[in-house]
Amino acid sequence: MKTSFKSAAKRLGASRLGIKRLGLAVGIAAAAVAPAWAWEPTKAVTLIIPAGTGGGADQMARFIQGVIQKHELLSKPVIVVNKGGGAGAEGFLEMKASASDPHKIIITLSNLFTTPLGTGTPFNWKEMKPVRMMALDQFILWVNAEKPYKTAKEYVDAVKAGTDRQFKMGGTGSKQEDQIITTAIEHETGGKKFTYVPYDGGGKVAVQLVGGHIDSSVNNPIEAVAQWRGGQLRPLCIFDTKRSTYTQKVTETQSWADIPTCEESGLPTHYQMLRGIFTTKNATPEQVAFYSDLLKKVMETPDWKEFMEKGAFNQTTMTGADFEAWLTDAEAKHRTLMQGAGFLAAGAQ
Amino acid sequence: MEELAALAGGFAVAVTPYNIALMVLGIVLGVVIGVLPGLGGANGVAILLPLTFSMEPTSAIIMLTSIYWGALFGGAITAILFNIPGEPWSVATTFDGHPMAQKGKADEALVGAFTSSFVGAIFAVALITFLAPAVAKFALKFGPAEFFAVQFLTFASFIGMGRGSPAKTIASMCLGFALACVGLDGVTGSLRMTFGHEELLNGFKFLVAVIGLFGIGEILTSMEDGLKFSGADAKLKMDAVIRTWRQLPKMTGTFIRSCIVGCWMGITPGGATPASFMGYGLAKRFSKNGKNFGKGELEGVVAPETAAHAAGTAAMLPMLTLGIPGSPTAAVLLGGLLIWGLQPGPLLFVEQKDFVWGLIASMYMGNVVGLVIVLTCVPLFAAILRVPFSIIAPAIVVVCAIGAFTVNNAMFDVWMMLVFGVLGYLFTKLGYPLPPLVLALVLGDQAESSFRQAMLISQGDVTVFWSNWLCGAIMTLGVVMAFWPIVSGVIAKFRGPDRVAKVA
Repeated sequence: MKTSFKSAAKRLGASRLGIKRLGLAVGIAAAAVAPAWAWEPTKAVTLIIPAGTGGGADQMARFIQGVIQKHELLSKPVIVVNKGGGAGAEGFLEMKASASDPHKIIITLSNLFTTPLGTGTPFNWKEMKPVRMMALDQFILWVNAEKPYKTAKEYVDAVKAGTDRQFKMGGTGSKQEDQIITTAIEHETGGKKFTYVPYDGGGKVAVQLVGGHIDSSVNNPIEAVAQWRGGQLRPLCIFDTKRSTYTQKVTETQSWADIPTCEESGLPTHYQMLRGIFTTKNATPEQVAFYSDLLKKVMETPDWKEFMEKGAFNQTTMTGADFEAWLTDAEAKHRTLMQGAGFLAAGAQ
Repeated sequence: MEELAALAGGFAVAVTPYNIALMVLGIVLGVVIGVLPGLGGANGVAILLPLTFSMEPTSAIIMLTSIYWGALFGGAITAILFNIPGEPWSVATTFDGHPMAQKGKADEALVGAFTSSFVGAIFAVALITFLAPAVAKFALKFGPAEFFAVQFLTFASFIGMGRGSPAKTIASMCLGFALACVGLDGVTGSLRMTFGHEELLNGFKFLVAVIGLFGIGEILTSMEDGLKFSGADAKLKMDAVIRTWRQLPKMTGTFIRSCIVGCWMGITPGGATPASFMGYGLAKRFSKNGKNFGKGELEGVVAPETAAHAAGTAAMLPMLTLGIPGSPTAAVLLGGLLIWGLQPGPLLFVEQKDFVWGLIASMYMGNVVGLVIVLTCVPLFAAILRVPFSIIAPAIVVVCAIGAFTVNNAMFDVWMMLVFGVLGYLFTKLGYPLPPLVLALVLGDQAESSFRQAMLISQGDVTVFWSNWLCGAIMTLGVVMAFWPIVSGVIAKFRGPDRVAKVA
């Protein structure tokens, strides 16, 4: 892992005069990009993040922006703005309001479904144009490494044996993906509930788990990998149908692929989070195709591959009808899960 | 001392002409960002972050952290000159900084602010250099109950401290809490007090409120007072630095208190804003000149600035060792680290020695360079006050409006700013203190989430706040602080009736 970090640094640091070159590059690229597509942006493209700074979606969006600039993939600048108010409702409503402005794109996470359902915000993903699924983010069940639980089964048994609400599960936000997964786990704990403690960011959850203030978390890999490598947290299982494909060692002894699926460990729950890009509703097929192609180029860069591995992302990618079918399915799944947990807002019933 | 050897290595990495040039560039940009209200350090760093992807990680972080130092320095400038805090942590600087400017001592206030910022930062860097691993462990002890205890202490140290009556302070604070509630409730995940208005989804943003309450409010007051800045006719003397530095040794106690408070708040992470308020509050209570605070006392500038800068710097430590950002700017830097291929966390100090020690060395360098730059510019900043009011006031209003707009890119915020401006004017006229409102607005929702998280964990048992020595001690101190006016009254009563008059 050490070498991979170094090589990343070297690759990213290839040019010391980066700023100057980037400035020039924008000008050159403007002239060089062949009009292979019927449409091209005529002004700066705004990339909206429906979440605060520093989180997973924010990191990915800024990474995409950086890759586009570094590899000169777009003749116009990309402006990244955080519109995280109301669990992302702010960002989605802005997309809805600017339906005819094809210079706006948005990166989504599970709040694409959970925010309208949980808060009753008048918004549905069908009010935007899906461009491309970039990846699926994984969830892992983590405990403090000083605790005796070595497998998900041992932990679930401990929850079963304990008193109701004795075990505390920390997570990001309320009525969002982390709490949905927690509710799903509770189906297997013999009626014993967790005390779900919402925090405002995944990094904070991981640190609270290290500090022993909560008993477990379902952090995304990238949020807790540092503490895993530092021997402070232990991954119990991954909420996917199959194990991760990354076999390079992350810690001294383990790779992402060594983490069993939750199903293997007797916890038949899976959940993954969409990391996808959408544009506005009235975008033409040419406009969608332009962004789809741009993002494909982003995904072909070595920087992106490294980013995917570091965060143990599931590299499933989809466009067009497949993506829409996936979204329809995912929305129905979220509705069922949230209804079962009693998370639906009055307006979203 | 292996740290010293490592640090020397760090200097070798950091001190190259290229890096120093980046440092100067970053600091100048940062000062500009700090001066413009609304365009906070976090935004500035976020905008420039993509530019650094093709640089060496060490050079990139040197430039970005320099922007951060610059913004920390720059926030004080408008706070002192125009009563407009450029950054949240400069609010406390306005309490004495602006009255000093009105008395014609803007240059002394600026030098005092910059120098104490520097002292706070260097203290915090020294702490990071020698105690990083131990301090990181301490930060892990902070769960929701401990966070709430710290926030409670911050509020408590404010009650009975304001110029107005304690009742007015509490009223003002409650209004702040009410405003802080608007938007998404993080604990239940539902919207509240938005009344179906999409504009209110985001709640009332602290910066919009501050720009309005202080900036616009101040302009309204100045207009009433005769369309000029008081203190504008003060002569500019070039010996401001020496004149101010001579006064500083007397304030050693305040410096030490503020450094400790600042480092503590940066590490836990409470942030620079509560640190500056707490630093000011403590100085007011314990300093010999405490009763003059608010009328233009240099010590009232030194206390919050030292604490804010110590906190801002110490906030880098949990970011590097734990991967949790101690401030919004640190959160953006954290994203940068990941993109450069560095994983913040317990192993960063082991695996990326060059980077970490280069960064620490650059913290020393950056603050020295920053101090020199801003001190040279003091006469220039102070001269701004000599521009006629009729020219500068519209310029300030425009800058404020742009600042308010930048916070969310929403026109609604500009109208909100004007409403807050009128509110600020009325508050001043009626003798209600503004700082408690601002404090409640900035810390209210954090305090609320911490309290409710703690209640969830303890199943509603309030004794959780006294469940361990750390939390219990802070809470007890907070309770004592909250009831201090009563406590001191009682003590005085026992000592004799002649002292009661003095205390009251």
